[in-house]
Amino acid sequence: MSVLSLPRPRGFKMTFWRFAFGVLFALFLYVTFMRFTRGLGATTHLSDHFPWGVWIGFDILCGVGLAAGAFTLMATVHLFNIKRFEPIVRPTLLTGYLGYVFVCIGLLYDLGQPWRIWHAMVYWNEHSVMFEVAWCVMLYTTVLTLEFSHIIFERLGMTSMTRLMHFINTPLVILGVLLSTLHQSSLGTMYLIVPEKLHPFWYTPALPLLFYISAIGAGLGMVIVESYLSGRAFGRELEMDLLEPLGRVMMVVLGIYGVLRLDLLFHAGMLGQVFKPIYESRMFLLEFVTGVVAPLAILSFPRVRASKPGLVIGGLFAVLGFILYRLNVSITGLERSSGTHYVPSWMEMTVSVGLVAIGFVLFAMAVRYLPIFPAHEHAAPARGRGRGH
Amino acid sequence: MSHALLLDTTRCIGCGACSAACKEQNDLPLEIEDATTAYTFTVVEKRAGVNVRRMCMHCLSPTCASVCPVGAMRKTPSGPVVYDAKKCIGCRYCIQACPFDVPKYQWDKAIPVVGKCVMCAPRLAKGLPTACASVCPTGATFFGERDELIRVARERMAAEPARYVDHIYGLDEAGGTSVLLLSGVPFSQLGLRTNLPNKPLGQLTWAVLSRVPDIVTLGGAILYGIHWITHRREYVRRVEGPRSGEVK
Ligand code: SF4
Ligand code: SF4
Repeated sequence: MSVLSLPRPRGFKMTFWRFAFGVLFALFLYVTFMRFTRGLGATTHLSDHFPWGVWIGFDILCGVGLAAGAFTLMATVHLFNIKRFEPIVRPTLLTGYLGYVFVCIGLLYDLGQPWRIWHAMVYWNEHSVMFEVAWCVMLYTTVLTLEFSHIIFERLGMTSMTRLMHFINTPLVILGVLLSTLHQSSLGTMYLIVPEKLHPFWYTPALPLLFYISAIGAGLGMVIVESYLSGRAFGRELEMDLLEPLGRVMMVVLGIYGVLRLDLLFHAGMLGQVFKPIYESRMFLLEFVTGVVAPLAILSFPRVRASKPGLVIGGLFAVLGFILYRLNVSITGLERSSGTHYVPSWMEMTVSVGLVAIGFVLFAMAVRYLPIFPAHEHAAPARGRGRGH
Repeated sequence: MSHALLLDTTRCIGCGACSAACKEQNDLPLEIEDATTAYTFTVVEKRAGVNVRRMCMHCLSPTCASVCPVGAMRKTPSGPVVYDAKKCIGCRYCIQACPFDVPKYQWDKAIPVVGKCVMCAPRLAKGLPTACASVCPTGATFFGERDELIRVARERMAAEPARYVDHIYGLDEAGGTSVLLLSGVPFSQLGLRTNLPNKPLGQLTWAVLSRVPDIVTLGGAILYGIHWITHRREYVRRVEGPRSGEVK
């Protein structure tokens, strides 16, 4: 297999980050062992009062949401035919794929009996949002795997497979967009059934819509942030001519989301409560300022938007605000009615942080060994690339 | 007809016979805990000086059955909401969603299942009342048909209006339940939610879920249309001759 001319690994150097990752990974393995031998009670701070914690709130809700850049860009390039964004489709697809892989792994930790996960395929209850979520996870992970396998086939030089993938590309992209739409919104739908428990700052019949729009905004923010990170790690120049317009689209999405959010609060009679000194209003303000006000304010200056640090910080705020929104819906907003205060255990945190760290490592490896970025910009041998031939 | 229970908190003396009988009936560890857990399906709590029993309300349209992805929770025609531990994947959505905070999880087990009252469904099948109702010394837990129990409740309230607040808890809450409560103090003081809508909570999610087929078909058509239009434009441009370096 002479096509497999991988760059040779350099001599192994023990750096601080490698050491930190090693420690984290060891802890991760320990927690995994504890989780599956001792159960959820011994490893988490979950209880009958608070049955869903950070594995649902962060690993699942945020993992899915931050993968939204993938379907957004796939639609932009392959359906709307705006080809100039093509160079950043692949890194975005990679992020989306890794995101979903980690949602699946997170699910295995969170489910009480993960080995029964196939039950969702056999025993149907189409009235259950969780049932819809389960099918979306399965199907969209499959779609992402297929879309991503295109890159691997190309790397291996399997032209017949590449051609086949090209043939099914359009239906696959459409399916991916539909499944993502359903999946992003259904995570919000999940919380429609607890009107008596979820605090009115967050409960609204429009939860599915808010989850959908905010995921697109944060997905775009994620594209900007991850372009920056991989640019730094691999000494690439940022594609500012592509990222700056993405930043503008993100502003529009965040703007729509922000107005809708305030409008809904106004109609629920909650707008006046926003500055009341209670726990929920503080968390709401933190979330809204971080995720909507700050990025819009930063990016509204054309000069800032056109600068690398300005754009990246704007994107970063959008991503952080999005994470806060998901955590507020899934944790903060439910605390008062549950009568408890939930703080994740160190073992829960280890799994969540560990999955993110593993994601970073896999991203770096994929970028090194697969044709993710335009060929002339990294070590891999040049070969025809791009999906729309 | 559907079986039901009437819990008259004004008659409950807090002896706990119901909890003990429940333990035996369901083969649970005999120690009775302070609150309901996966191993204690019912307890008598003291709230605002009143003895109030905690147990599954056996909703007419159960939220738990609506949210369970694998249909492990099910309302039976005879009244009980039963749980099939062999199907359960442990997502704990039922625990999150139940408006009466009923299902509990075996947090201490490596292979956990949910625990909740099933209204002695096996006993009912044999024509027997629930274990708790059969041991209650004062009739505070009273077994019967739902319609008949509503009549009994109304009669008691009419006979002694000063003894009861004018409400049967469970008549309409979350679409109505098969366990009905009477009280002498406002129900909010008994730790029961009074902010529940009078319709099944499952309707809230079904309003969205039932649109999924429309989203898929309509969305698919729209997306394909967009693809066709944008690529057609490119094709036309290519056929009519490339402009400014658009050679493919
Ligand atoms: S009270 Fe809760 S557990 Fe019992 S039937 Fe109703 S929703 Fe289900
Ligand atoms: S924990 Fe079990 S019974 Fe409850 S909703 Fe999930 S699968 Fe159904």
